[in-house]
Amino acid sequence: MANGNAGTLYRGGPGMWSWVAHRITGAAVFFFLVVHVVDTALVRVSPDAYNTVIDTYKTPLVNLMEVGLVAVVLFHALNGIRVILVDFWEQGPRYQRQMLWTILVIWFVVMIPGAYFMLKHTAETLFGSA
Amino acid sequence: MSKAPTLSEAKTKALPRRNWEMAGWIFMRASGVILIVLVLGHLFIMNILDGGVQRINFAFVAGRWSNPFWQYWDLIMLWLAMLHGTNGLRTIIGDYATKGTTRFWLRMLLYVVSVGTIVLGTLIIFTFDPNLS
Repeated sequence: MANGNAGTLYRGGPGMWSWVAHRITGAAVFFFLVVHVVDTALVRVSPDAYNTVIDTYKTPLVNLMEVGLVAVVLFHALNGIRVILVDFWEQGPRYQRQMLWTILVIWFVVMIPGAYFMLKHTAETLFGSA
Repeated sequence: MSKAPTLSEAKTKALPRRNWEMAGWIFMRASGVILIVLVLGHLFIMNILDGGVQRINFAFVAGRWSNPFWQYWDLIMLWLAMLHGTNGLRTIIGDYATKGTTRFWLRMLLYVVSVGTIVLGTLIIFTFDPNLS
């Protein structure tokens, strides 16, 4: 590696990229959350207004974006646990890299059935049920 | 009568901001742990369980919020997620907005959006009317 700080958390390497990913996913979830509170607020306007907006959540494109949202939230949650372990577990800093691969494997394993159930209806609508 | 402050007293007085940042640092971790349960539970129920998003409509919301358990689940999730996210974005603004006035106004915008969203969400949870037409 080009820089002489390889092995520290935030100067190059997977440790830094996980930090970048934590920021990007965190900011993305925040903006979604604001939008989501506003769309839910339509339950105070009328059932029709709410149902109309929620129906867009059921369309194939937005459905796919929901899988993205869950993927992003799940990464942020798992990496958050890793950050806490790095901070509070005495062996945390030593195993930060192994913990990163571990959470990525968990993320992948959970996302497979997760994506399957989230996209099941959309796939059946687009391609017909088997 | 008055004696010189000890080193630890002097440090505490000289660095009130650092203690505030420390509280924020702890809050991010404490709220994060609670949010893992609340948010992942919410996503699982809403997007994956029993047909996921396809079954959500006004009647579904009415059914859930007839139970105080889900009202308070959503309330705590709303407050913790908004405060956690607001503090995260405050940090990000602090890191990238190097000009003092830009940083100030970005943070003010953030706080206005944040307070507005928390107030709106809280009102919605507790003023929900299942008989609205």
